[in-house]
Amino acid sequence: MTDVIAAPEANVPPAGSPPRASGTGSGPSKRRKRRLLGKNPLGLLFSAPYLVFVIAVFAVPLVYSVYIAFHDYFFSAPGAVVDRPFVGLDNFVTALTDPAVIRSFGNVGIFLLINVPLTVVLSIGLATALNRVVHFRTFLRVSYYVPYVTASVAVVGVWLFLFNGSGLVNQILGPLAPDPSWLVNSTWAMPTIAIFVTWKQLGFYILLYLAALQAVPKELYESASTDGAGAMRSFFSVTVPGVRPATVLVLLVSTVTGANLFTEPYLLTGGGGPDGASASPVLIMYQRGLQQGQPDVAAAIGIILVVLVLIIALLQNRFAGERD
Amino acid sequence: MSRFQTALRGVVLAVGALVFLFPFYYMIIGSLQAKPDPTVAGAFPNPANLTGENYVQINDRINLFQGLLNSGIFTGGVLIGTMIFGLLVGYALAQLQWRGRGVTFALALLVQVVPFQLLIIPLYVLIARDYGLADNYLGMILPFFINSTAVIIFRQYFLQVPKELFEAARIDGASELRLLWKIAIPLVRPAIITVVLLTFIGPWNEFLWPFLITKDASLQPLAVSLANYISNVAATASNPFGATLAGAAVLAAPVVVLFIVFQRYFISTDIGSGVKG
Repeated sequence: MTDVIAAPEANVPPAGSPPRASGTGSGPSKRRKRRLLGKNPLGLLFSAPYLVFVIAVFAVPLVYSVYIAFHDYFFSAPGAVVDRPFVGLDNFVTALTDPAVIRSFGNVGIFLLINVPLTVVLSIGLATALNRVVHFRTFLRVSYYVPYVTASVAVVGVWLFLFNGSGLVNQILGPLAPDPSWLVNSTWAMPTIAIFVTWKQLGFYILLYLAALQAVPKELYESASTDGAGAMRSFFSVTVPGVRPATVLVLLVSTVTGANLFTEPYLLTGGGGPDGASASPVLIMYQRGLQQGQPDVAAAIGIILVVLVLIIALLQNRFAGERD
Repeated sequence: MSRFQTALRGVVLAVGALVFLFPFYYMIIGSLQAKPDPTVAGAFPNPANLTGENYVQINDRINLFQGLLNSGIFTGGVLIGTMIFGLLVGYALAQLQWRGRGVTFALALLVQVVPFQLLIIPLYVLIARDYGLADNYLGMILPFFINSTAVIIFRQYFLQVPKELFEAARIDGASELRLLWKIAIPLVRPAIITVVLLTFIGPWNEFLWPFLITKDASLQPLAVSLANYISNVAATASNPFGATLAGAAVLAAPVVVLFIVFQRYFISTDIGSGVKG
């Protein structure tokens, strides 16, 4: 993940830049304050609302979620004092012995196996083609990211219409159409969702690759072509290695997005149907935690999911990351 | 590159554009059909089968105006928070030296990879139960109040402003807030439009969080009320697909128009720097 966080710091002067000439009050107390808070303590004041926001919305809930997962936690009336004993790994055991939970992890695994490679291949290919094109560039770029900027809920409506039993897709496929149809077929429901999400998110990843392509030195293409490399050859030996940092980022973001899957199974397959074949872990968290009042088990599922995502991200970084 | 390869590239790009745009075209066609026509012929407008009735029907089921208003309040709140506080942090991170700057920057990056699914249960408990902000615009806005990607983009832009510009004004005795307002903000105006676009699509399209926190239909953003319509009442309407697609078109239109009008501010380099830092 190092290259994700690698930030261009070129414009930041070294910390020990010469003090300002206008440093008026330089009494000992002022100097102590400066040593404590830095040269412009106002920076801290400007950032305070954001820091409070991050603590309240990210840090506290993160810690709280671990607390909930290790305790017998249940919803109670506001203000009521209730005993919520520490239960160790009980919630994790409950989660992992629940076939629906295991199935949802398998489902998201299928989803990632289809979605992530497809996303990388299609977005790198389309971005490379788009980068060379002269005419209709803006039109193409905009049409590629329109699905990304549109609400999932809105485009889900169209896909339901397209992929239902007598929908346009099956009309075109004729006898090749699966029976039962895509979204109510236990084999095809999850792959259809994976294709939907790939289609929906692709424009964003194309933009990421377009940015990365600007950073690949033109000379490399020139010398590749003097060495007699064709378009295919220079794509694989110049473009693909040149955009590797972007690939690492695309792998990470698409994996995290995939693990967050909720809206699509909730709406496209009517809550993870047929019979749980497209239920995602977040959908199960919603059902167990908020519908069935077991927030402790839901929090445990969340932690298991995040640990799995972290492992996948580390593996991706190891195999696709910079080798030096 | 040979002629053949150029032609092939053109075909691939055109097919791509068709695949991305067709569902939107179909959304509009479908929303105007009096009787849903899923056949191939139905993909072309048929004057005998055109109607605006679906828009009336969806409006009877879910109050479209109220939904749009709620989405607007939700999105507006997030935009205000991000514009005011995001700009302040971005400026502080780029142009001021203070203790904790590195940590704050690292946090802004880290927050973007924290999976939201881990937070939904504790956030729901905190915001809905402890703070009593269920069925409340504040509860809806709170988790999205300051967009961290926007913070990174602002920082990136402010880094490009020469420090000397500020040093000179400081010597003239201008306060930091005045510097920010009079010098920094006018210089990064393109960044502001980019950030508005990027921030807008978050809350406008968000489904899971407002769905969890609002049970009162009169407070639900359009994405939530349309989703509830799809999952609950679609079966009872005479033309569920027409009405669904009409609602979808109303939900999609503001964002699509915004991104077409301001497309030149949504370019690869900004977005890339926003995610990568």
